Amino acid sequence: MRDFLRSIAPQKTRLCAAAVACFACFALAPHAAAAELPEERSDVMYHVYDGGGQTVQGPALLLRRNFAETVSLSASYYVDEISGASIDVITNASPYTERRTEGSVGTDYLHRDTLMGVTYTRSSENDYDANTWDFAIAQDLFGGLTTLNAGFNYGRDTVGRVDTDFEDDVRRFGYRVGLTQVLTPRLIATLDYEAVADEGYLQNPYRSARVLGAAVPEAYPRTRTSNAVAVSALRYFEGGWSGRLEYRYFTDTWGITAHTFGVGWSRYVRENWILDARYRYYTQGAADFYADDFERPLRYMARDKELSRFDSHSLGVRLSMQLFEGREAFLRRGALSVSYEHILFDYRNFTDIRTGDSYGFGADVMQVYFTAWY
Amino acid sequence: MRIFRKVHVAAVAIAFGAAAAGSGCAGIEPWVAPYEREALADPLMALSRDPLSDRHRQHVQDVREGARGGGRSVGGGCGCN
Repeated sequence: MRDFLRSIAPQKTRLCAAAVACFACFALAPHAAAAELPEERSDVMYHVYDGGGQTVQGPALLLRRNFAETVSLSASYYVDEISGASIDVITNASPYTERRTEGSVGTDYLHRDTLMGVTYTRSSENDYDANTWDFAIAQDLFGGLTTLNAGFNYGRDTVGRVDTDFEDDVRRFGYRVGLTQVLTPRLIATLDYEAVADEGYLQNPYRSARVLGAAVPEAYPRTRTSNAVAVSALRYFEGGWSGRLEYRYFTDTWGITAHTFGVGWSRYVRENWILDARYRYYTQGAADFYADDFERPLRYMARDKELSRFDSHSLGVRLSMQLFEGREAFLRRGALSVSYEHILFDYRNFTDIRTGDSYGFGADVMQVYFTAWY
Repeated sequence: MRIFRKVHVAAVAIAFGAAAAGSGCAGIEPWVAPYEREALADPLMALSRDPLSDRHRQHVQDVREGARGGGRSVGGGCGCN
């Protein structure tokens, strides 16, 4: 069950029309270089998340095929096999196993310097179904040195509770605009803004809040609107390496404010072997209706650690090794990649009621994947 | 509903602002010549070199943090109890 489901706004149709109109206007301007379809490649991956008493793992697949240099079709399949139990489950229910599957199909169409795409994604669990439609458009300007993009997505989810008749729904609307800018022959910068509005059942039907130590059902508002602004810079350096910096500011109508900082470094360690290292720091304040232990019952009450004040640090490395190039009749190139990341979560106002101490944990995230270009 | 109206107004303003900026700059010459783009074409300069890998990392973060958005991923569901 996802606690932070995205969604909604009544005027979305008009906004979408406005965004499409504005980018249609860009398409009329003269441009020197052509935009490109996404890279024609396929990836097959196995992923593992292990932390906080919980293991989530499974395969994932992404296929993409381009046709006539104007149309690109993509399909993906993703599985989360969940076992063990997070602290929420340990203190509220019994350990369990669960499976989430996600499938998506999409198409992109290239017309001169304009790339348009539609993607449908469906995610299914035994107590949660999510359906999302995403529409995206990107326009290259100034010989490909500037790319403007905009997107809109609509989601409709059905929330249930295992072994009960409970059912509710969520509607999600997301709007985004972005700019990718080549500043110099070695420097690229991006600027992105995204607004997300949700309406419906936005809480977890299994989780409890506490009032003077006693467990009571959580109660969340049925609407949430958030805004996020992200900037990044990516620079190439002499000697065959690159560095990147990222920052995101987030705020929402539940009172959460968050900052994310990221720094990354990539370089060739031998011919066609790339090593990446990255560090990410995330910090957020608590939602207005969050408390570790309420002194009296309130209209809205939450004790979800993801709505509490906390920090996280993550450090990761990835090695991508090209296995062959131009030797196979069908495959043009193949690469094997392995990735490992360690994340430390430190909750400032969430008590582990088994010990009475502030809660925190470390998590390991691993990926192994093979990529084929054809 | 007032919140949704604000989001709508802000998003439309940004879209039209971007449109105005783009139209006004249509005559500007490219400031990085094609022969200067070797470094930009290097895989080390890709904003997202491995989309499936990035999507998984994004999902791991999204389900464990209060913040969302600002990236380019879509989709719902959780797998995160």
